[in-house]
Amino acid sequence: MSSIAKEVIVSRRPLGSSLSRWFGKNLIRIYMALAFTYLFIPVAYTFVFSFNDSGKSNITWQGFTFDKWLNPCGAPRVCEALGNSIKIGLLATIFSTILGTLIAFAIGRYAFRGRSASNLLIFLPMATPEIVLGASILSLFLVLQVNPGFWPTVIAHVVFCVSFVVVTVKARIASLDPRLEQAAMDLYANEFQTFRRVTLPLVAPGIAAAALLAFSLSFDDFIITNFNSGTVTTFPKFIYGAAARGIPAQANVIASAVFFLALALVIIGQVVSRKRKVY
Amino acid sequence: MADSANSARGDLKLASVTKSYGDFTAVDDLSLTIPEGSFFALLGPSGCGKTTTLRMVAGLEEPTVGTIHLGSTDITFTKPYQRPINTVFQNYALFPHLTIFENIAFGLRRRGIKDVDESVNKVLDLVELPHLAQRKPTQLSGGQQQRIALARAIVNRPALLLLDEPLGALDLKLRRQMQIELKWIQKEVGLTFVHVTHDQEEAMTMADTIAVMNEGKIEQMGSPAELYDNPKTAFVANFLGQSNLIKGTLVGTDGDSLVADLFGQKISLPRSRSHAADSSIYAGIRPEKFRISLLQTSTSGNLLSGGKIEDVSYIGVSTQYQVMMPWGQELMVFEQNDDGVAPFRIGDPVNISWEPIFTFALRGDEDADAGTEVVPEDLDEE
Repeated sequence: MSSIAKEVIVSRRPLGSSLSRWFGKNLIRIYMALAFTYLFIPVAYTFVFSFNDSGKSNITWQGFTFDKWLNPCGAPRVCEALGNSIKIGLLATIFSTILGTLIAFAIGRYAFRGRSASNLLIFLPMATPEIVLGASILSLFLVLQVNPGFWPTVIAHVVFCVSFVVVTVKARIASLDPRLEQAAMDLYANEFQTFRRVTLPLVAPGIAAAALLAFSLSFDDFIITNFNSGTVTTFPKFIYGAAARGIPAQANVIASAVFFLALALVIIGQVVSRKRKVY
Repeated sequence: MADSANSARGDLKLASVTKSYGDFTAVDDLSLTIPEGSFFALLGPSGCGKTTTLRMVAGLEEPTVGTIHLGSTDITFTKPYQRPINTVFQNYALFPHLTIFENIAFGLRRRGIKDVDESVNKVLDLVELPHLAQRKPTQLSGGQQQRIALARAIVNRPALLLLDEPLGALDLKLRRQMQIELKWIQKEVGLTFVHVTHDQEEAMTMADTIAVMNEGKIEQMGSPAELYDNPKTAFVANFLGQSNLIKGTLVGTDGDSLVADLFGQKISLPRSRSHAADSSIYAGIRPEKFRISLLQTSTSGNLLSGGKIEDVSYIGVSTQYQVMMPWGQELMVFEQNDDGVAPFRIGDPVNISWEPIFTFALRGDEDADAGTEVVPEDLDEE
């Protein structure tokens, strides 16, 4: 039976199966191309319209120009908003990375009363809907008679960034062989030297990843920021506000620039780690 | 204080050391002296407490009771980095983010030694891997990592080098080669090596002195030959090689020898090899000490008659026989294939003989199977 079946297939091959074979081979590529097209159309749109020679509104194509790229701060208050976002992002990253790394070490390395509870509770800010978190933090500030503004926004960002930092750094600590630290102690390194020479360098990639994650979460955040920033305008808030009147093309310029910066960082990271051969 | 501990030299002395984890006693009232300059092996099955003992000497665990001295310095509670003791860890524990050179230089740099090049290069030459100095540990094979781990420890010239199953992860051939190399390096550098292993062959090959550990205690300590020829307990008799243990009774003396009755047949054994508490004994004979002979052949020494060949396995250098004795016990006999005697066949009626000096006697109330059914070691034993 099988020999007959084989013959049928063999005899059919020259007819119509070359096309289906081509599909069989390339289906995954076609699928990938479609998926990436879907993902990148909005980015491409944003990028293309950053060259639009538009006036107030950037909805219809008016003609090609480099003007907006040459003068990204041309639109009123767009760079002020960007500056706020960067400042808040950096501060939130620094605080949440330090705090989160310490928590991750505590949970990952030490047995203490309430350890498993902390382990669970640290997920709470991640799991809570942002709108709830944002509103609760605002009401907390109001109870404490703190006016919304720059620092309350930083504090609110640290709240949700810390969870992500803890989870990221903890994963790295869990994969760290405790015998390496024992070996360091065995080789005359005291507790501080062991941390500085062995533990920290080995956990550093995790901490760096956590910091990048924290920054991008903070930079991106709208909902929690909207509740707690008062009159301070961040970049997402600026876009949201501008959307009603028409987003200036400068916003597209800045968004594109951020996208390419992130892309460049990823590529550099890949090249460096490939050269260094990651462990 | 750290300095005085760090410069301590001399014999390692453990006095009544006990380590308990809750209800479980890992090491039980252990006293031990390891002379300076010796190659000492702690041998025992998984969970016998040998690794815990090593970790207490390294300073990675603290004894519940007891003291540890190096020379005249009490190091029981000093930190690992305050002891002139270095460890070759089971899975090497090389620092993955540092080059081989920096791995080896780690201990020197921590002690504030600025000029490390000469020492590091010398020890790299010693382990014959100078060309790998700038590589990262992940780029090395298991055998190479093992040598670097050794180099990283001995470069510090510690008073004591601890080796925790250092060859466990290597394949058999490489392990054999490293056994010889380790022994040579120990002679070359003249340091005290304390080697923890579950592999009796490894311990016998390398160590001057072996302490056999079981359930947190030392069963017996001595040179490989002493332990093999004159074991004091059934555990040692079975864990180091194989033994035939035959139930019997001491019935008299004959000069320096004791006379024992084994199921109605009289044999003699040296008094110095009897560890019996009363007249009830197990007579022990190693399988290769036995000679098999056909019934009519005359023999010298001890003789047990009435055997029957049950099984024959030819393994090249020797032939292994299982001989069924009249009292229903199967004895194991290894015969060298060096005499023209045709191998015996299954069913042949035979006698078994041996020189009396090769007999040892254990207490009759021992478990004759102790140490025989030792589970294969899982390497991640704590």
